[in-house]
Amino acid sequence: MHEAQEATDTAAPLLDVRDLHVEFRTRDGVAKAVNGVSYSVRAGETLAVLGESGSGKSVTAQAVMGILDSPPGHVTGGEVLFRGQDLLTMGGETRRRLRGAKISMIFQDALSALNPVMSVGAQLGEMFTVHDGMTRRDSLAKAVQMMERVRIPAAKERAGDYPHQFSGGMRQRIMIAMALALEPDLVIADEPTTALDVTVQAQVMDLLAELQREYHMGLVLITHDLGVVADVADRIAVMYAGRIVETAPVHDLYAAPAHPYTAGLLGSIPRLDHKGKELHAIKGLPPSLTDIPAGCPFNPRCPRAQAICRTDRPPLFDVAPGRASACHFWKETLDDAG
Amino acid sequence: MAELSKQAGKAEAAGQREPILQVRNLVKHFPLTQGLLLKKQVGAVKAVDGISFDLYQGETLGIVGESGCGKSTVAKLLMTLETATSGEVLYKGQDITKLSGRALKAVRRNIQMVFQDPYTSLNPRMTVGDIIGEPFEIHPEVAPKGDRRKRVQELLDVVGLNPEYVNRYPHQFSGGQRQRIGIARGLALNPEIIICDEPVSALDVSVQAQVINLMERLQDEFNLSYVFIAHDLSIVRHISDRVGVMYLGKMAEIGTDAEIYEHPTHPYTQALLSAVPVPDPEAREGRERIILTGDVPSPANPPSGCRFRTRCWKAEDKCAEEVPLLAVPTLYQGKDTPAAHASACHFAEEKPSVVSAA
Ligand SMILES: Nc1ncnc2c1ncn2[C@@H]1O[C@H](COP(=O)(O)OP(=O)(O)OP(=O)(O)O)[C@@H](O)[C@H]1O
Ligand SMILES: Nc1ncnc2c1ncn2[C@@H]1O[C@H](COP(=O)(O)OP(=O)(O)O)[C@@H](O)[C@H]1O
Ligand code: SF4
Ligand code: SF4
Ligand SMILES: [Mg+2]
Ligand SMILES: [Mg+2]
Repeated sequence: MHEAQEATDTAAPLLDVRDLHVEFRTRDGVAKAVNGVSYSVRAGETLAVLGESGSGKSVTAQAVMGILDSPPGHVTGGEVLFRGQDLLTMGGETRRRLRGAKISMIFQDALSALNPVMSVGAQLGEMFTVHDGMTRRDSLAKAVQMMERVRIPAAKERAGDYPHQFSGGMRQRIMIAMALALEPDLVIADEPTTALDVTVQAQVMDLLAELQREYHMGLVLITHDLGVVADVADRIAVMYAGRIVETAPVHDLYAAPAHPYTAGLLGSIPRLDHKGKELHAIKGLPPSLTDIPAGCPFNPRCPRAQAICRTDRPPLFDVAPGRASACHFWKETLDDAG
Repeated sequence: MAELSKQAGKAEAAGQREPILQVRNLVKHFPLTQGLLLKKQVGAVKAVDGISFDLYQGETLGIVGESGCGKSTVAKLLMTLETATSGEVLYKGQDITKLSGRALKAVRRNIQMVFQDPYTSLNPRMTVGDIIGEPFEIHPEVAPKGDRRKRVQELLDVVGLNPEYVNRYPHQFSGGQRQRIGIARGLALNPEIIICDEPVSALDVSVQAQVINLMERLQDEFNLSYVFIAHDLSIVRHISDRVGVMYLGKMAEIGTDAEIYEHPTHPYTQALLSAVPVPDPEAREGRERIILTGDVPSPANPPSGCRFRTRCWKAEDKCAEEVPLLAVPTLYQGKDTPAAHASACHFAEEKPSVVSAA
């Protein structure tokens, strides 16, 4: 597969998701939320997973973390290799120990992810008592250190405060402190700044990028914001209807998208640095996951669709080293963009 | 080029014509009370604290600012959904904050609103036809009973929805389609002004573009004036002729879109623009980012003098003592430069490296 060919770096990937399938069995039918997703991240690398709401970004992450809502959710195929070990077949206890210590996650909504009736200092401290066997006293000192690390002013005085007593930006920084407390190798951040304002968003992203460099972590950054991606990611994977439709190094993707959906996304966002005319909206709506169109799932909305697109599902074609596109007409798309 | 002459034409027209809406020193304080039985006022949330601006016929005035700075409160005051603590909102010269009864009803017809959240702003138990036609119940003179169904179907058609959908319920529509229903309802009474409070913020990017294009088309078609409130600076730039930047209940800076986006003079605007992630790694290079430290202060207890001083890298003693007025900075007065627009800062000055070339 294309992922393997790109391995100029001799280091094996930290996380290697292969052909992952997840479905939800609900009363309305089977929703195929993830349909063969593959991606990989190396230590020190940031992979952005970009896609609109409902495209399967969070479900993929939940399956990787082993926190899928099940039932109704079921992993129906694929592998999730962490340092070569398949997380999906490993025992529950082993996996739990990896989670938190080696792999951790930052959620979009810090308020609901933090425990509302426990002080922030105690929540952070608990990570050290449980995983590192520290004494309560030491763990509290360590908690304050972590809070300082994510720039909470007057950390010592505020360690006794509860989550609701902090602003949105501060809560998100505390979430980051919790995720990084045990110095994990891999962090999955699911829309970490979507609920924040631009200036606070910039603060939080900056902090995350700085800590990532410092700890040399692998980072999977899930977002729907093309701007955030451009600022921090090394590579991008674009998702549509539970599939990766394009993967590429950041610069290449912006310079010339190789998939019509990516091109459409780039055309539909207004730009701060030049005032355009009419926005190139993608017509129509994303498909229902209980009824994904035959052939290419994007075909009802695609300006380039031909007969073959309604019958044959395009696989991920290798476009260039480190680049792939799931479009029969990737060459034409790339030529038009370039 | 065509875009430029269109802009110039609009500005010229604005110079000659009376504004359709004039907002003067508008204030809204929400009392903070303590005690369960005998509610004692212990302070006030200064949500809007002295705001002035004009809106001209056919233009879009964008209002940007961070969460909690008072944007939605301004919208509600313009709609007379909240009572102003003080100040004036002049609609064609008449102060609507002082109106009541029939006179207020007549004005309200001309000022309509489109809300942020397409998922909760529509009544789930009403059909789309009833939702869009509801304003006719209050203003029967606009569409006599027999005409209503036809009028509703026309409105559905105008916003790009199938007129046969009149009997469907909101849950049968996607977010983008619901926002179109909200817009159709806003248009029902042929208003002159539409206040849009984050009309596309809850939508996905590809659907956002559809709704923005629709709003621009309707503006041209019906000569509507928009107040367009959003926190997304790129969308506001795209749709606005002029832009006002709010911070903690006050207007920090206001001007044409080029003046604000390419020649900001207020440190807050400069920080805000520099923080916007630009979706193009190449355009980003050479841009200086100003990362603000600290959190936004509480509007119940705003800093003395300039409200931005607790996060401003240029703050001096004067900033804590004197409230800076919203006016053309002395540095640029009488000069023919795009930096000569209103900015509420004692030390207002351009800082070219925060914006990339347009
Ligand atoms: N009814 C109310 N009672 C008390 N305080 C209020 C009330 N409505 C708004 N506020 C306060 O007034 C301030 C401004 O609120 P507003 O809703 O106008 O902000 P906004 O700029 O629209 O923010 P957002 O971007 O989050 O929508 C906030 O501090 C808010 O908590
Ligand atoms: N617990 C659940 N039960 C049923 N369907 C679910 C559940 N969680 C997610 N889904 C569905 O899976 C699809 C992908 O969701 P998600 O991964 O959360 O999207 P996003 O890309 O926005 O993160 C959506 O259609 C969603 O409705
Ligand atoms: S395969 Fe066909 S329908 Fe799908 S994106 Fe490519 S051109 Fe469009
Ligand atoms: S008045 Fe002072 S504190 Fe306020 S923005 Fe200007 S320099 Fe900064
Ligand atoms: Mg999600
Ligand atoms: Mg609001």
